[in-house]
Amino acid sequence: MLVLIPLLPFAGFVINAFVGRRLSKTVSGGLACLVMVAAFLVAAITGWTVISGGHAIEQTLFTWLPSGDLQIPFALRVDPLATVMILVVTGIGALIHVYSIGYMHEETDGEYARYFSYLNLFASFMLVLVLGANFPVMFIGWEGVGLCSYLLIGFWFRKKPAADAGKKAFVVNRIGDFGFILGMLLLFASFHTLDFQGVALAAAARAPETATFGLMTAATLLLFLGATGKSAQIPLYVWLPDAMEGPTPVSALIHAATMVTAGVYMIARNAVLFSHAPTTLAVVAGIGVATALMAGTIGLVQNDIKRVLAYSTVSQLGYMFLAMGMGAYAAGIFHLYTHAFFKALLFLGSGAVIHALAGEQDLRNMGGLKKALPVTYWTFLTGAIAIAGVPPLSGFFSKDEILFRTFTGTAVNGWNGRPLLWLIGIVTSLLTATYMFRLVFMAFHGERRHDAPAAPVRPEEEEPGAPVPPLPGPVYSDLPAVDRTHGATHASHAHEGAHLHDAPPSMAIPLIVLAIGSIVAGFIGVPHAIWGSNRIETFLDPSFEVSREAAATEPGAPLVDVPPAAEPHEDTGRELTLMAVSTGIAFAGIGIAMYFWLRNRAASDRMARRFAALHRLLLNKYYVDEIYDAAVVQPIRLLSTSGLWKGVDVGIIDGAVNGVGLSVGAGSRGLRRAQTGSVRTYAASLFLGVVLILGWYLWR
Amino acid sequence: MPPGFSSSDFYYLMPELVITAGALLVLALDVLLPRAWERVLSWVTVAVILGAGLALVPSAGQNLTIARDLVAIDGFATFFKVLFLVAAALTVLMSPRYLTLENVHPGEYYFLVLCATLGMMFMAGGVDLITLFIGLETMAVSFYVLTGIIRPNKRSNEAAIKYFVLGAFSLGLLLYGMSILYGLTGSTHLRVIATSLVAGDGGLLLPFAVMLLVAGIGFKIAAVPFHMWAPDVYEGAPTPITAFLSVGSKAASFAMLLRIFVAGLPAFRADGLGTAWGQPFGWGAFFYVLAVVTMTVGNLAALTQGNIKRLLAYSSIAHAGYILIGIVAGSTRGVSAALVYLMIYAFMQLGAFAVVVMLRRKDIIGDELKDLTGLYATHPGAAIAMLVFMLSLGGIPPTAGFMGKFWVFGAAIDAGYVWLAVIGVLNSAVSLYYYIRIVVFMWISEEEEKSAAFGISPAVATVLAVTLAMTVLLGIYPRLLFDFAQASAASLGSVPSLGLR
Repeated sequence: MLVLIPLLPFAGFVINAFVGRRLSKTVSGGLACLVMVAAFLVAAITGWTVISGGHAIEQTLFTWLPSGDLQIPFALRVDPLATVMILVVTGIGALIHVYSIGYMHEETDGEYARYFSYLNLFASFMLVLVLGANFPVMFIGWEGVGLCSYLLIGFWFRKKPAADAGKKAFVVNRIGDFGFILGMLLLFASFHTLDFQGVALAAAARAPETATFGLMTAATLLLFLGATGKSAQIPLYVWLPDAMEGPTPVSALIHAATMVTAGVYMIARNAVLFSHAPTTLAVVAGIGVATALMAGTIGLVQNDIKRVLAYSTVSQLGYMFLAMGMGAYAAGIFHLYTHAFFKALLFLGSGAVIHALAGEQDLRNMGGLKKALPVTYWTFLTGAIAIAGVPPLSGFFSKDEILFRTFTGTAVNGWNGRPLLWLIGIVTSLLTATYMFRLVFMAFHGERRHDAPAAPVRPEEEEPGAPVPPLPGPVYSDLPAVDRTHGATHASHAHEGAHLHDAPPSMAIPLIVLAIGSIVAGFIGVPHAIWGSNRIETFLDPSFEVSREAAATEPGAPLVDVPPAAEPHEDTGRELTLMAVSTGIAFAGIGIAMYFWLRNRAASDRMARRFAALHRLLLNKYYVDEIYDAAVVQPIRLLSTSGLWKGVDVGIIDGAVNGVGLSVGAGSRGLRRAQTGSVRTYAASLFLGVVLILGWYLWR
Repeated sequence: MPPGFSSSDFYYLMPELVITAGALLVLALDVLLPRAWERVLSWVTVAVILGAGLALVPSAGQNLTIARDLVAIDGFATFFKVLFLVAAALTVLMSPRYLTLENVHPGEYYFLVLCATLGMMFMAGGVDLITLFIGLETMAVSFYVLTGIIRPNKRSNEAAIKYFVLGAFSLGLLLYGMSILYGLTGSTHLRVIATSLVAGDGGLLLPFAVMLLVAGIGFKIAAVPFHMWAPDVYEGAPTPITAFLSVGSKAASFAMLLRIFVAGLPAFRADGLGTAWGQPFGWGAFFYVLAVVTMTVGNLAALTQGNIKRLLAYSSIAHAGYILIGIVAGSTRGVSAALVYLMIYAFMQLGAFAVVVMLRRKDIIGDELKDLTGLYATHPGAAIAMLVFMLSLGGIPPTAGFMGKFWVFGAAIDAGYVWLAVIGVLNSAVSLYYYIRIVVFMWISEEEEKSAAFGISPAVATVLAVTLAMTVLLGIYPRLLFDFAQASAASLGSVPSLGLR
């Protein structure tokens, strides 16, 4: 039963990959959606069983990794945490599949089938990642989603930026995987198990490494490095904004709702282990909040609609890591779940805008779309309100829960930095509301700018910080201005000024469903303070403790209980105050956006001029890409091209080969040259190797 | 029957005898058959290899030495013989069309492939330095000729000469090391050497001998700094031979390495050769350094290669480094991890070379990266297979390559070599960059010049199918291979007449 959930999308992948190019679009796209809906139904039934039964379901398929007396099975397990994840992946995944039918309709039959086969394969791997009962099985999904992400980012592989972005994502993720593999091997070597429950038990049997840097701290730090790669946190977040080169539904599914949350999920999955390494938790919280702030500030000045959303995703993921670092695992997963709704909605909405504007992605060339695209506008606005944290939409409850837990928890390693973390969180919250409504106002309100390609440059747009004049039309050097397919093929029937077409039904329905979700999804986590019962936390909590049955079977493992996050009942007053603060902040952010980008556009340009240096810094994303290039990429390239071996390689071999070329036809002379030239050098190097080892031996 | 031999000796030597007879048969058929029947030779060769595989069946589960104690019939030898026969069969299958295109006479080609296989089999089975050396020579001489077999091609000839001169030099080093071991112990038999050598014997002579052996074998497995020949030879040799060289020759040399060091010098792995910076060290320390340098240099140099064969040569150098990690770990687990890795590496490497062979067509040499352009559009099957091989070489699950790395690094951590594993994982992270470069080229396509579709011969398609199936299968269900490798590794130190751990 359990294996059906990843297997259904996999079947869709196999069919579309092998016979897809011969199927019509209706069949290949319909099939892909159908398997996702079926997977969702199975996931829902499974979820219901877990909720009503109250315990995890497990299915072992076969022994996968044999290791002497220890066997690692290919096992799937669904517990409350996994239930939430499979519902998100299959549910939102199915909606995005449906949306793709409309969005990708211009592709040829073969490309269309290829797209859906990748999408199905992604869903399948994501479900393996979520359902895996041990590290290696999770790692299959972990690498698999990375591969699919790579293929989908580079879907329009004929375009160099898309291919480059795909490669960047892959390579950056490899750095993270380096941490993941090492963490996994380290756990394996010391705990002799890789099963999540087994690891939790083994960790629970040890004392928390409060003041020491021990095994668990090392392993969790390595795992966290893996999480920063997959979930786009400092220092490995750089790939996600570039990943926006992929089709927009892909950005919604992979780079907002599901794959990028894998790192958060992995930490929650190993909550017991992480709770025993408080140092790591402090690092997680610090990195999370720093990423949230940094990405939020960058998002404030970007002009590409998808990049704003990408930085927003990075920022929101930072919140989730903050929650993990605070030990508020349920709050983090709650935010993951609500974020999946509204961020998928926002991406799909931006896709509808791009679709309508024939591939235009630059906010400065949009405006006034409210009337022309009513469905898109209202759903997008819903998403923006939700992410800004206005009650009673979903984003409010989850974000507030994280901020509340941050404020009230116990001190980390004796240093009580919580108020500071909370303050940064609140500032980020202000930024979130501001950049999101900046986007809304620039795209949907004000005058229409998109149908005036020949319009003269408005003086207020001559920002001194902007690296290129914001002329509508040409591709900006630093940002891709057009969505790759739509730029070319769509222009023929749209972009005629007056009649822009709103999303077709296949795109509108997912938007509406997600908008409803963004409104109501939060109600399962209404805190006690305002007469809710926070059911999601009660539901999830068993996943973050050592299960009693598992502990009972292991007599040698005394239960060292994780200190439960302080129950907030007695804190009602404080909680209500904090809620009021964050609500106020959300409205303040919207107000700021309204002032600068709706009422008084000139003021925003004045601000940009006044703080030109800061503006340029943000516009260029703190120059992190450039720093990485100079500090990492170039040295490696240099090492590879002009290292010692390369000197021999090029200088001597090419010399020899060229020499051969000179003596055309004279094979013997070519051979003689090869003999007298390079071979001697090679023999000398061989000899030198011997001498070096001998020398070292005698000299030591 | 010569004294000391019994009929059962021939029974167990049957695989080698089949290969020898088959090699002679191929030579004879080459003369007897009319020119038009040339193609038959490849099928005869494959049949001979399959026959040798069948003859291997009685050796399964045996653990004894035959032929006056010169050759062991144990799980270790059987494991490697299976590997050699598979590699040889796949090499032969990917050859026919390539040979036609390059105008190579197939008779002596297949003869030499079988001879090389024969040499490898003795390198895996030999428990006496002389047997090992003769096996090595048989293999090496065959490869010298095979490398240069495209007579009018200067690259091929140049590579052969280089390989020969440097190979002779390295064999000299190896033989020098062996002769010192003989001088110290009065025997060429590994059992006697293992039991009679004690720390301090011969003063500096023993470490000197070990060093010469490391250098000699290091050349054969293309470990840095003894790797210089590999890129040139791999690039110049006919592509199927490059594949066979990088898989068969490398595996055979690793077999010999394991025999000489793990079975012949077991007491000197961690210490016994002296002290450096106050720490006692043994041959494990040499391989530690070799592993680190080999992985790092191989991967860094591969990053900027533009020729696929050259790129795969550096990649193959790096893989030798990963395998050395298992040997440094030294335990049965480490050795079996190395065996698992070698077997998996054989499939993915042969598969990748099969794609390169496929690209060779009239007027197009097909070994530059840009020759892969648009492969997905014209040959999606081959492109997907190549994608899987590249992911596997890079160590991505659930492909077999991940399994190999998982066990090698796991064994290293288990044996306490955490830093070695860290360097290994870091290297495999770097390596993915150039494997993905290959993938990127396959998926790019210039629409204006739709590269013309070209046929894939059924034989090459078979090779692709087999290697692809094994690369996937061994990743998903590696258990049988692992059990096989573990039993084989255990038998390495436990041949009854050897009587050592």
